Amino acid sequence: MKNGKKILIVDDELSVRNSLREWFLEDGFAVETAEDGNAALQRMHSGPYDIVIIDLKMPGMDGITLERRIREIDKDAAIIILTAFASVETAVEALKLGAFDYITKPVDPDELSNTVRNALKQRHLEAENLRLKAKVSELTLASPIIGDSSRMRRVLDLISTVAGTDANVVIRGESGTGKELVARAIHSQSERRFFPIVAVNCGSIPETLLESELFGHEKGSFTGAQYRRKGKIELAHGGTLFLDEIGDIPTKMQVDLLRVLETRRFHRLGGNQEITSDFRLVCATNRDLEALIEDGGFREDLYYRINVFVIDLPPLRDRPEDIPALTGHFIEKYARAMGKPVKDVSPAAEGLLASYAWPGNVRELENAVERAMVIGREASVEPDDLPLPLARTGTEPEGSSLAALERRHIERVLREEKGNITRAAAALGIDRGTLYNKLRRYGIERL
Amino acid sequence: MTSRIDLCFINGYAPSWAGRVAEESARVLGRPVVSVDLEMDLPRYYSADRGQYNATLILAGLLRFRSDPHSKIVGITRVDLFIPVLTFVFGQAQLDGPGSLVSTHRLRNEYYGLPKDHERLVDRTIKEVVHEVGHSFGLVHCQDYNCVMHAATYVEDVDLKSASFCPSCESLLQENGMRPRATA
Ligand SMILES: Nc1ncnc2c1ncn2[C@@H]1O[C@H](COP(=O)(O)OP(=O)(O)OP(=O)(O)O)[C@@H](O)[C@H]1O
Ligand SMILES: [Mg+2]
Ligand SMILES: [Zn+2]
Ligand SMILES: [Zn+2]
Repeated sequence: MKNGKKILIVDDELSVRNSLREWFLEDGFAVETAEDGNAALQRMHSGPYDIVIIDLKMPGMDGITLERRIREIDKDAAIIILTAFASVETAVEALKLGAFDYITKPVDPDELSNTVRNALKQRHLEAENLRLKAKVSELTLASPIIGDSSRMRRVLDLISTVAGTDANVVIRGESGTGKELVARAIHSQSERRFFPIVAVNCGSIPETLLESELFGHEKGSFTGAQYRRKGKIELAHGGTLFLDEIGDIPTKMQVDLLRVLETRRFHRLGGNQEITSDFRLVCATNRDLEALIEDGGFREDLYYRINVFVIDLPPLRDRPEDIPALTGHFIEKYARAMGKPVKDVSPAAEGLLASYAWPGNVRELENAVERAMVIGREASVEPDDLPLPLARTGTEPEGSSLAALERRHIERVLREEKGNITRAAAALGIDRGTLYNKLRRYGIERL
Repeated sequence: MTSRIDLCFINGYAPSWAGRVAEESARVLGRPVVSVDLEMDLPRYYSADRGQYNATLILAGLLRFRSDPHSKIVGITRVDLFIPVLTFVFGQAQLDGPGSLVSTHRLRNEYYGLPKDHERLVDRTIKEVVHEVGHSFGLVHCQDYNCVMHAATYVEDVDLKSASFCPSCESLLQENGMRPRATA
């Protein structure tokens, strides 16, 4: 969609005019160009323009003079001055005359687009447009949260309550219970839905990279950093920052994060420009943060800062009444994706699904259904399609606590997958980071 | 008529994932995308001042290789691209025109001092190809941050968006793609 805004580019160099014209056309502007001051003044009569970009150094009328003449014709156009490094001082003079900003050639694409965006914002032209447009994606993005058990209904209520506020939220729950799904639901029901939700998995990124991932870095800030990089905190501006596995964030970085939460300001690594980002924080964890605090692995001050509102996601074994609806939901999802007809679940298979403990929770159920949809040959899902380590029947030899059960199940799957972590994690329906944690917790040796 | 898109890997650039990029972009664009090798005189477009290659000039050169007047052509290169006022571009297209160009130079994690990530690179390349072809079908930047036509000035912006069109860009694409056009 064209953005309905007009821009005039004044530069004596044809290649500069052309490349700026292409750039702004792609951005949806109506673009006019002029090769010198006189041509520009003539063009002004076919205005008004939202933005006029003027090269400072041109033969004939220079940029400063042209700026002054344009101001006489149009008080409102946002004027942006283009300059070479050598002429920055003159550019400052242009600012005094009321230019909106200046940019030095060659300019970083991001700087150019920010300068233009800010100039437009000043003209109050943008906000409305953005909101209307973003509505579309919101409708196509939010995925439903299935579950009619009383515990899940309580969760849904909490989501709508907290969505209307800007409070920080912590979502707790075992692996695969739907923490990320809930985080996205909070975002898509909030005022911030018109801006992105940006997710960072603090558990799966090596410590040395996590800092740059969150804060971004400047060129040359460490070996190999050839170019500036935007961090996730910066990208979340206007929207929601989702920190997954927050319990895994190293203590040193917890201090930095706390500071950002207090001020909403930070620096990129190796940079001195202060950056502001306005975001709502949603965190998820499958670890016990209170216990971590006791062990010195998590800062108490950070905990209180992020923990304004808590949503607890119950494990699937505590809400077996949700299993049929979830199963039906996933059958439909995969039938659609695979272009197959929707299936029923045979009573025997249903019994099996209901009695299994689901250590990998909803994700494990989803994977089991997906697999059944791939391999199943019958008109309905049958027990044979479900490779479940049969139910909680009989006495288990070495303790039948859930933990013991989970441990044995993991060991078995790991053996089946010949020690391949990626495949074992997929079969268990958890991500690799979670599997590593569990291996550590249970002291399971990798094969 | 549905126009074909030639995806031209320039001067021996033959990554193992060329086929995947063609396949995925064909799926999103709903048009056949054919991957081909192309030899062109790249050194001609090198600017010693900038240490980069001039995207506008390469694009103009690329047009000569178009297979027929209805097809679109997309060049893919490993070299770093610029246009005169900007420090770099990920790619360049002629709005509503036949040609576009994508560079993978700054789509690689290694460029940012990060570990190599093959999947990321493929994903980013698909998005950039679809984005530039979108321009050549007359689409301009979209405010919807999830839409492939959302402007990206950082590689992280590319990661943030999806590879597909939002509903309104999708319908514009259909309209523009179906409209027969006189060729220059
Ligand atoms: N109530 C639900 N309704 C529908 N789908 C669900 C529900 N809960 C979870 N899922 C699905 O199960 C999968 C796992 O959910 P999600 O990734 O949100 O879990 P998680 O708690 O973040 O897991 P982990 O701790 O392993 O990261 C996703 O595909 C999600 O869509
Ligand atoms: Mg998760
Ligand atoms: Zn673009
Ligand atoms: Zn769009």
